[in-house]
Amino acid sequence: MIQNAQDDSGPGGRIALRMTGISKRFGPVQALSDVAFTVRKGTVHALVGENGAGKSTLMKVLAGVYQPDTGSIEIGGKAMAFANPGKAIEAGISMIYQELDLAEDLTVAANVFLGMEPRGKLPMTVDHHKITEDTGELARRFNFDIDPAATVADLSTGDCQIVEVLKAMMRNASIIVMDEPTSSLSEREAERLFEIVRDLRKRGFSIIYISHRLEEIVDLADDISVLRDGCVVHTGSADHIDIPMIVHHMVGRELKDFYPERNVQIGGALFNADKLCSDAGVKDISFEVRTGEIVGMAGLVGAGRTEVARAIFGVDKHTGGTLVLDGKELAIKSPVDAISNGIAYLTEDRKRTGLCLELPCSWNITLPNLCDIGMKHLISPGRETRIAADYGSRISVKWSSPTAGADSLSGGNQQKVLIARWLLAESRFLIVDEPTRGIDIGAKKEIYTLLNQLAEQGKGILFISSELPELFGVTDRILVMRRRTLVGNLKTKDTTPDEVMHLAAVEEH
Amino acid sequence: MNKLTRQLLPFGTLVLIIVALSILRPETFLSLDNFLNVLRRTSMPGIIALGMTFVIVSAGIDLSVGSMLAVSGMIGGLVMSKLTGANPAVAAIAASFLTVFAGAVCGLLNGALITKLKLPPFIVTLGTMSAFRGISYVMNDGQPYDMPTYRYLGEGLIPLWKTLEVPVAGQFRPEVDRILMPWQSVDLETVAQGSRIVPHGIPISILIFAVIIVLAGFLLKYSRMGRYTYAIGSNKEAAFHSGINVDLNLIAIYAITGLFVGIAAMIQNSRTVSSQPTAGIALELDVIAAVVIGGASLSGGRGTLTGTVVGILLISFLRNGCTMLGISTNIQLIVIGAIIIAAVSVDQLARSKAESGTGG
Repeated sequence: MIQNAQDDSGPGGRIALRMTGISKRFGPVQALSDVAFTVRKGTVHALVGENGAGKSTLMKVLAGVYQPDTGSIEIGGKAMAFANPGKAIEAGISMIYQELDLAEDLTVAANVFLGMEPRGKLPMTVDHHKITEDTGELARRFNFDIDPAATVADLSTGDCQIVEVLKAMMRNASIIVMDEPTSSLSEREAERLFEIVRDLRKRGFSIIYISHRLEEIVDLADDISVLRDGCVVHTGSADHIDIPMIVHHMVGRELKDFYPERNVQIGGALFNADKLCSDAGVKDISFEVRTGEIVGMAGLVGAGRTEVARAIFGVDKHTGGTLVLDGKELAIKSPVDAISNGIAYLTEDRKRTGLCLELPCSWNITLPNLCDIGMKHLISPGRETRIAADYGSRISVKWSSPTAGADSLSGGNQQKVLIARWLLAESRFLIVDEPTRGIDIGAKKEIYTLLNQLAEQGKGILFISSELPELFGVTDRILVMRRRTLVGNLKTKDTTPDEVMHLAAVEEH
Repeated sequence: MNKLTRQLLPFGTLVLIIVALSILRPETFLSLDNFLNVLRRTSMPGIIALGMTFVIVSAGIDLSVGSMLAVSGMIGGLVMSKLTGANPAVAAIAASFLTVFAGAVCGLLNGALITKLKLPPFIVTLGTMSAFRGISYVMNDGQPYDMPTYRYLGEGLIPLWKTLEVPVAGQFRPEVDRILMPWQSVDLETVAQGSRIVPHGIPISILIFAVIIVLAGFLLKYSRMGRYTYAIGSNKEAAFHSGINVDLNLIAIYAITGLFVGIAAMIQNSRTVSSQPTAGIALELDVIAAVVIGGASLSGGRGTLTGTVVGILLISFLRNGCTMLGISTNIQLIVIGAIIIAAVSVDQLARSKAESGTGG
């Protein structure tokens, strides 16, 4: 069945994909202009750029979702034109999107064979036995440890990606596009994914790898292309480029101090959790956050970091322990109580638990704050828009107008709208959960700076993140979670990423 | 197609229908009486559609409004039948009050079941649609209650002027002889035999409809509850994480809808001078259609009361026009069905165009 991509002399020799002169315009926006993009066979080619630089558009052109205005695509030396995504799949192109698109209620095998199921003995039936067998066989060939009969909804994000890879293999893909594959993976799952990518490369597949995480890109990629404002500003071997150079190409300027300088005076106790337990399973969580302090929280996915935030914010039910803010013991039963006591929670999934996407940005900003801005009984739209515009401009949100729909903004600006929401709430204690996930490097830096400014104003911040570099870049102290309990409370300047990782990942017996 | 033209589309269609009918049937269609008649008929489903707008904006649905209309109407009829000896005005007020109250209780029950049992609104209201209908049949063994003195809401007018109409030889209809102010009167003995005085003005039911449009419009646009309705419909989880009491708001939304249904039941009873256990069968379909034609999204977060009013007027004038053109009610169903699908697909087309325009 499917082994390796067509045999070849080895990496570097032949060209798997050549896109030349690709231009695409949406109304007034020139999304791509005269883009040339070449992927050598059997290599990993990283595609980087800020949000809105044109990466997704270029990949959608490749996948047949968009038709380019000009330009040509060659696969293995043959000119191609993809009228629709089906044609691109036939030509051996497989996309693995950031938001995986799997049928959650079906089994792994059914997903892998989706749309190409072998006929069963009776007409209109599927040979479930055969698809399970074949999927298992395929998984074994790639050394994937996955149960073909498992339901996708029960799998971790990392396992779902494996299903996507299997799907691609089943469709004879030779070029695999991975869009931000590690953005929602724990470090350990990410490591496993890197192994898979390296293995695929060895077997002669070509991989286009899109990521905001530059560390992993320089580690993994053979070639790197940088897009900026719809143009390729750099393309070449990964051996001759380092992270500062990539950043330089991406933003068009040097980002000398990527993390803001911290010289905040840390004050007295602001927030204190004592032996906090919740019905989501976190137990005996005790820690303190002082005024002006940014406390990081590290841990693998599933370690219970978000659950701690949810317990403090009243989303999950407390089953024990006490919370104290400003010397006052809090009784928090729901987010209503948490907000009125001055706690803010920037959730990890801004689309699911943060924004009302089709509503205006201004409404999103004022949503929890209507009473505080004197609109308990009567909303005054004019004043509301002015308040939103004011808070938006303080953190330089880029929008066409404060009343534009939140869905018209880029990821980084959506995140800023949510930050504006909590700025307006004048919360004393902020919990930010993966605030920089999936946003571009420029916006990341702005968010770090903003958190730093908030700390300078005497607020306390609990910063949950899966990216150790940013935790080390911005925090004063790092809490480490493992198996829903707190296993470390370290001063950032006295510890190392290795120590944090060890605490988060290694069981002690 | 931008946002504005999208919103203006149903309104444009309504205007088009009115203009077309005015040209095709200038005599019968284009008269004040006919317009008032259409509006009077619209008031009952219209008031319910206003409540349904809140429900649909909150990403819910209420299939039980038709049955609720019957149940709350029957409660009113029951009260009237028990108070036959009392002063008719007192009985009418008591019946009206309990009709509205019954509607609100039914709505409250829907809201409580949806939030406390965490069931989808579709399922809950599918159940109560059947149950409420059953109750309305059980109440008087499937028979209506007659309410002979309950006329004011159906027939009453805010008087603006009166006409004296006198018979003309050789003509079937009497003709207007002169126009009188409400306070003027004519001794009928002094004019030709068979003359009559006809009062004109704004029917009470239309006035109630107008008042509720203003109130509900205010509630949806300028109150926190209205704002939270949009937020819950757009993203319930985000609303919850923003400190909104989602359950309380949803209960309020369904209770308000019930309250509006109660008011509509009152008008319906008065128009038929009885309460019918069969009232409002398939009413929910017209009401939901009006809200959707008006631009609301069944997935929530989108919709306006102006849109809904245009939607329900569009359906009413279409019905009226079809009748005037001699098109059978069966064909009307087909036309209305086609309009619903056309309205939603135009909307969808505009949305997908807007989305593909922001790629990159």
